[in-house]
Amino acid sequence: MRAKGILAAAAAFVSLAACGTGGAEAGSDGTVTVLAAASLTEAFTEIGSQFETEHEGVTVEFNFAASSDLAAQITEGAPADVFASADESNMDKVVAAGAAAAPDTFARNQLVIAVPAGNPEGVTGLADLAGLDFAACAEEVPCGAAAQTALQDAGLAPVTYEADVKSTLQKLLLGEVDAALVYRTDAIAAEGEVDAVDFPESAATVNAYPIAALEDAPNPDLAAEFAAYVLADDAQAILRAAGFQAP
Amino acid sequence: MNTRNAMPAKRARRRRVPAALLAPAVIGLVFLVLPLLGLLARTPWTELPARLAEPEMLAALRLSLLTASMTTVLSLCFGVPIAWLLARGEFPGRSVLRALVTVPLVLPPVVGGVALLLVFGRNGIIGSWLYERFDVTIPFSTTAVVLAMTFVSMPFLIVSVEGALRGADIRFEEAAATLGAGRWTVFTHVTLPMVAPGVLAGAVLCWARALGEFGATITFAGNFPGRTQTMPLAVYLALQTDLEAAIVLSLILLAVSVIVLASLRDRWTAAP
Repeated sequence: MRAKGILAAAAAFVSLAACGTGGAEAGSDGTVTVLAAASLTEAFTEIGSQFETEHEGVTVEFNFAASSDLAAQITEGAPADVFASADESNMDKVVAAGAAAAPDTFARNQLVIAVPAGNPEGVTGLADLAGLDFAACAEEVPCGAAAQTALQDAGLAPVTYEADVKSTLQKLLLGEVDAALVYRTDAIAAEGEVDAVDFPESAATVNAYPIAALEDAPNPDLAAEFAAYVLADDAQAILRAAGFQAP
Repeated sequence: MNTRNAMPAKRARRRRVPAALLAPAVIGLVFLVLPLLGLLARTPWTELPARLAEPEMLAALRLSLLTASMTTVLSLCFGVPIAWLLARGEFPGRSVLRALVTVPLVLPPVVGGVALLLVFGRNGIIGSWLYERFDVTIPFSTTAVVLAMTFVSMPFLIVSVEGALRGADIRFEEAAATLGAGRWTVFTHVTLPMVAPGVLAGAVLCWARALGEFGATITFAGNFPGRTQTMPLAVYLALQTDLEAAIVLSLILLAVSVIVLASLRDRWTAAP
């Protein structure tokens, strides 16, 4: 069980690392390239395959990474069709650079305390993290900006400030920390291996997820279509099942 | 350019580089240097003094220099004997061992970091024993940074030293042995001085690789300012919010490493 979890975490990390390099080439041959926040990995992969079955001959290529990485790639001119960010500030950067016009919020996400399945340390809230080794995202990435406010008020510090939410969760799956501050969606994606503990302080730091078709999209029609598809009912149902809240 | 390298016209003519070498050399150099120029072009020079004074930046730089240097020392202690074993040892499976030593060169560093966690983590093969017996956890500590760097950088030293050992004339060692020198004396007084340039080159490579190490470090050691946040980690996180800040930090790291390497080189090559 544990070994399986470790392998899964390792595999997830490898595939995450591999995503960083590929998937940037888009043509007009019915390929839509979507740059999406790492926390959207599971939901968007499912939405993408549904989009593909409903649109014959269309391929959806994803590049999942930290929203800030993706925003930098876009403003530096990497070719892509759609950008889905895990926070508004990174989308704002892209809009300010003139790379996107009118983003729509398609989901919201809230932080939870992820603990190993069965909650061996009996964590019920933020205060219980005192004395435990726990991981959180770095302040520079969306999940960290949300965590930092809550942690500062509680006077707590993690043992590590991770570069994105997936590697934060990975530290928990590998058993290196007793708890991790991650999005509810990430905790749900790892269901069976981790439990999610809600904490009221996270209500103040709910992230809004905006999506936009990019101005320089190699495939503008498909770009607009995919962005609209994410806002429609089918995709919204997938997002809700993954633990996202309504926009 | 470097005035030390200027030589009399006669010698220069004799040493003129053939065009067939010069053309690809120049193209290659341009390719290597252009990205650096790209960074310089985007550098907000006015921000530099303020960045240099930031305590977090200084802590990251200090930690980087410290851990990269410790890594080099560790790699010398363990890497030179490994190189000797590979170059001079006579045992079955040597080529397999040589291939295994280069695994960290091929392995993506983040995977190397995960592998280190599986061994030295709280649930790892060795780590769980350390944790239960001595209540010691290696991940998220400066020790973890040095381990991650050593894992990734030591192969550079081994490959370089092994190459030097294979190129060295073994007859000097044999002569010393016939004159009554013990094996250890032969190694310290004949072999090592002969391959010193190779060892130095390997150490420099190792140090430079350790200084730039990112993937294995952030995976295995995490990111905590002052404890495990080295310069590449600080640069990566700065990149999340502020491209200009990331460029400034990279340039500081570059400048420091070039200064250290250049001054070291001069000191070593000045020796007779």
